[in-house]
Amino acid sequence: MTKTEPKKRSKAPAGPKRYFDSSNQGDGDGELEPIKLKRKTQQNFLGDFIKMTQSKSKPKDKLKVKPPKKEKISPHLVEKYTRGDKVESRGVKTRHFKEQQQRKEVYLEYATEQAARTELLLTETPGQLEADEEETTASFRQGEIVANVDLQSAAKHFQLQLDFGPYTMSYTKNGRHLLLGGRRGHVAAFDWVTKKLHCEFNVMESISDVQWLHLPTMYAVAQKSWVYFYDHKGTELHCVKRLNNVNRLDFLPYHFLLAASNRTGYLSWLDVSLGELVGNFNTGLGDIRLMKHNPSNGVVCVGGGKGVVSMWSPKVREPLIKLLTHGTAMTALSVDPKGRHLVTAGLDKTVKVWDLRMLNDQPLALFHLRLPANQLDISQRGMLALSQGTYLEAYTDILSGGGTGDPTKLPYLRQRCDAFVHGLHYCPYEDVLGVSTAKGFVSLLIPGSGEPNFDALEDNPYETRKQRREHEVHALLEKIPAELITMDPQEIIGVDAPTLQEKIDAKRQLFHLKPTKIEMKSRRKMKGRGGTAKMARNKQIVKDLKRKEFISDIKKAKQNVIAQSRSKDAGDEASKFSSKTKQRSVLDRFKPKNQKKSQKS
Amino acid sequence: MKVKMLSRNPDNYVRETKLQQHKVPRNYDPELHPLEGAREYVRALNATKLDRVFAKPFVCNLSGHRDGVSCFGKHPKMLSTLATGAYDGEVRIWDLANRCSSRNFVAHDGFVRGIAYARNGERFLTVGDDKTIKVWKSESPEVGEDEEPVNTILSRYILHGIAHNRKDNHFATCGEVCAIWDEKHNDPLKTLKWGVDTLHTISYNPVETNVLACCASDRSIILYDQREAQPLRKVVLTMKSNKLAWNPMEAFNFTVANEDCNLYTFDTRKLHTPLKVHFDHVSAVTDVDYSPTGKEFVTASYDKTIRIYQAHQSHSRDIYHTKRMQHVVCVSWSLDNRYIFSGSDEMNVRMWKANASEKLGVIRPRERANFNYQEALKAKYAAHPQIKRIARHRQVPRHVLNAQRKMRVVKEKDQIKEANVRKHSKKGTVPHVSEKKKHIIKEEV
Repeated sequence: MTKTEPKKRSKAPAGPKRYFDSSNQGDGDGELEPIKLKRKTQQNFLGDFIKMTQSKSKPKDKLKVKPPKKEKISPHLVEKYTRGDKVESRGVKTRHFKEQQQRKEVYLEYATEQAARTELLLTETPGQLEADEEETTASFRQGEIVANVDLQSAAKHFQLQLDFGPYTMSYTKNGRHLLLGGRRGHVAAFDWVTKKLHCEFNVMESISDVQWLHLPTMYAVAQKSWVYFYDHKGTELHCVKRLNNVNRLDFLPYHFLLAASNRTGYLSWLDVSLGELVGNFNTGLGDIRLMKHNPSNGVVCVGGGKGVVSMWSPKVREPLIKLLTHGTAMTALSVDPKGRHLVTAGLDKTVKVWDLRMLNDQPLALFHLRLPANQLDISQRGMLALSQGTYLEAYTDILSGGGTGDPTKLPYLRQRCDAFVHGLHYCPYEDVLGVSTAKGFVSLLIPGSGEPNFDALEDNPYETRKQRREHEVHALLEKIPAELITMDPQEIIGVDAPTLQEKIDAKRQLFHLKPTKIEMKSRRKMKGRGGTAKMARNKQIVKDLKRKEFISDIKKAKQNVIAQSRSKDAGDEASKFSSKTKQRSVLDRFKPKNQKKSQKS
Repeated sequence: MKVKMLSRNPDNYVRETKLQQHKVPRNYDPELHPLEGAREYVRALNATKLDRVFAKPFVCNLSGHRDGVSCFGKHPKMLSTLATGAYDGEVRIWDLANRCSSRNFVAHDGFVRGIAYARNGERFLTVGDDKTIKVWKSESPEVGEDEEPVNTILSRYILHGIAHNRKDNHFATCGEVCAIWDEKHNDPLKTLKWGVDTLHTISYNPVETNVLACCASDRSIILYDQREAQPLRKVVLTMKSNKLAWNPMEAFNFTVANEDCNLYTFDTRKLHTPLKVHFDHVSAVTDVDYSPTGKEFVTASYDKTIRIYQAHQSHSRDIYHTKRMQHVVCVSWSLDNRYIFSGSDEMNVRMWKANASEKLGVIRPRERANFNYQEALKAKYAAHPQIKRIARHRQVPRHVLNAQRKMRVVKEKDQIKEANVRKHSKKGTVPHVSEKKKHIIKEEV
């Protein structure tokens, strides 16, 4: 068979008639219809075609189905995922690097867009609470909310009556486990969602604070004199005697640092992966009762009796920033989980919200209360909770201001507890506010407070033991060194340009430079001729020359600096003109000496 | 009252059976990932450290030659085949996958000077010191049959090198003259001459296949066109060039390995100044070969090391050496861009990874994604001093270190001397000459 044969078949009418040529031409068979061969690939087919009549409704459009067009994303959404403005390629000197930069920007833009597109895949929506007309959300009690929500959520509201005095509390980073510590020695760790108790015991000492470490299997308890580490079964792992008389504990999860503040004013950072103190110094603030770390940069904020918030990094012995927040002593302090806002409360019955990224002396918002707030916390979605003695309030927007003193701005929810509130924490990734009081613990439902969509590689409330172990290994590998704790977390990816202060210092240093010592070894070239005396003389000559050279260089540099600063100072054209035109004339030598000098300088 | 609480169905977050992967819901909101810069920096630092930890470039040693290895021939179609020639006239064909020699025979009396595979890889040609060109079949002979060349051509001139055209059936030899041959004829189609010096290496341009380049012993590089009767151009350097390699992607550029420890990349259109001078070797550079991507090349040197350069960088990105490797004579980059072969004086052919820390073997997609991520991180944070220091660190043999020190002293001395001469002579009489132009003596057309 040749390859051309099928072609002949298609040109049927010209050749000798075959039985399969055409049924139209009078055969009247009807069963077989002519097959029109169009495609080249089909023409090369050497086998037999067994093809019956096909209906006209061929699924032709199946081939034409186009992939769905990508929807445009709103710029507002893209804004959320951008990491800052584009780099201007105008300042780039060479074409090669300019193009490289532009190409990079294209990739970055694409990456941002792709990240924004993933928003579609998020499954959960945040909780919400809406009041009907003539009602306010503030009037709802916990009982009403519990009655109106699903069973699973209703189970999240519970109360524990405990006997061992004012309690402090801590949630794990994924919000799954809860740790309670009573002043009179009671420690309880449990999975609060399933209500499964990990351990419960009495340390037979006073407890001032409790804190989960990087895993839900380890926690630190600040006891009477020292800090102890326990595991989730209540076994004592360590007694850290270098942290003594600790008032407050806080944990920096990405740095693996346990920050502790002391009754005598010491701030200490303990690296829990190595067991070393990376920073330990006296702040000079006296008894530190308020301490929170800023999650966005790892800086520890300390509130004091003078109404000043100071921010500390373990490697710098001075506060990075001091901020006068209240005219009176402070009673509570909290930092927004996103690191944007600092909320402080003072004895002056106000709560102030400060912008942490642009620190001004004016707060962003102000709450006036009837009593000073003694506890504060901010949820992941920016809800504020504050307690005044036994009375609790939650606000949806921390920037709106309000407070019990302002009847026009009612709180979102309010609640009265049966005892004085000693600890207040929003549970991460849940619509729950944990309140530890003098008589126990209450878990309150605050719809809309928690972040609905967690990132499982960051925190996973549903993690298994294997996942937890793997997460621990990764977290340890990515432990950020303590040296990188700075006010600006983006400093490490910025350009290392000298600051104005550094430039000024460099210029100033020019005036105090001393000629360097010259070490010279002369080669013993002239065997016999000349002696040590000559060598010493030669050495001296070379040294003098070098020194002279150095001095003249410095002189030039100084004059340069002076001339620059002068031209800047003078600014106006006239002075420039005069300095240019005033040249030394031959007759200058006849002028009196002091006049000459003044002209020179 | 309308109330909705955040309540997740655990079924959506927990895998159903143990056979499934764990569910990992992601949320790329930057605010859920604090300290991004610092964490990425630490990851980049770890990736750089791991890169150095796993930098084990040596793959295997192919031993079998009974004298120093003189030249390589790459099979154009089969990655696992390599032909090597030795000083004693023996040619060996290696099966690289099994790391053994599949065939060996004595091809010439004296040195094998060059091996070139034909276009389709069915035959290869060897030239030797016995003034013969021999054509061999790529397939090994049947059991019991002797190794016989398909064709033997007796040349009138001494032969020093051979190169095969990539597109047609021509090949070229060099020696006293540059001769262009056809595979079917026993006489050269053409001989090209410029002076009477020996030409010791020849190379066809891979894209503009009529152009070829030779290195001559009068320290010059000569460009020929096989269609013309006369050579095209010539550039003379201060010292002899040992080998020449065309960039396979930017085929208007070529690199020569020079006797003065440097390599020079030239643009054929501007022979008066090299595009780049590549430093770092401390002894004569004996061979150079480009990677098939044209972005990098590998060099062999008399200082017992191999270096890998990026084509547009003056300093090498990597150095390979072993205690036992002596003067490296020839080097070659495999056509899949993954391996490097080196042949040295002490009779061994060595196989190296082109990328020292690359993982060999099957790489699963997730692992591959992780490697890509690490590469991106390393590139992003490459300028940070700590990372740069770790990435740049190489263990260098003592003799190389000493030689580098010595060369630095010599260079400094020369600079001081030049500065002094300039200081004490009339202005403008001692001009500043750039490092690039210093080594070029003249260009002739």
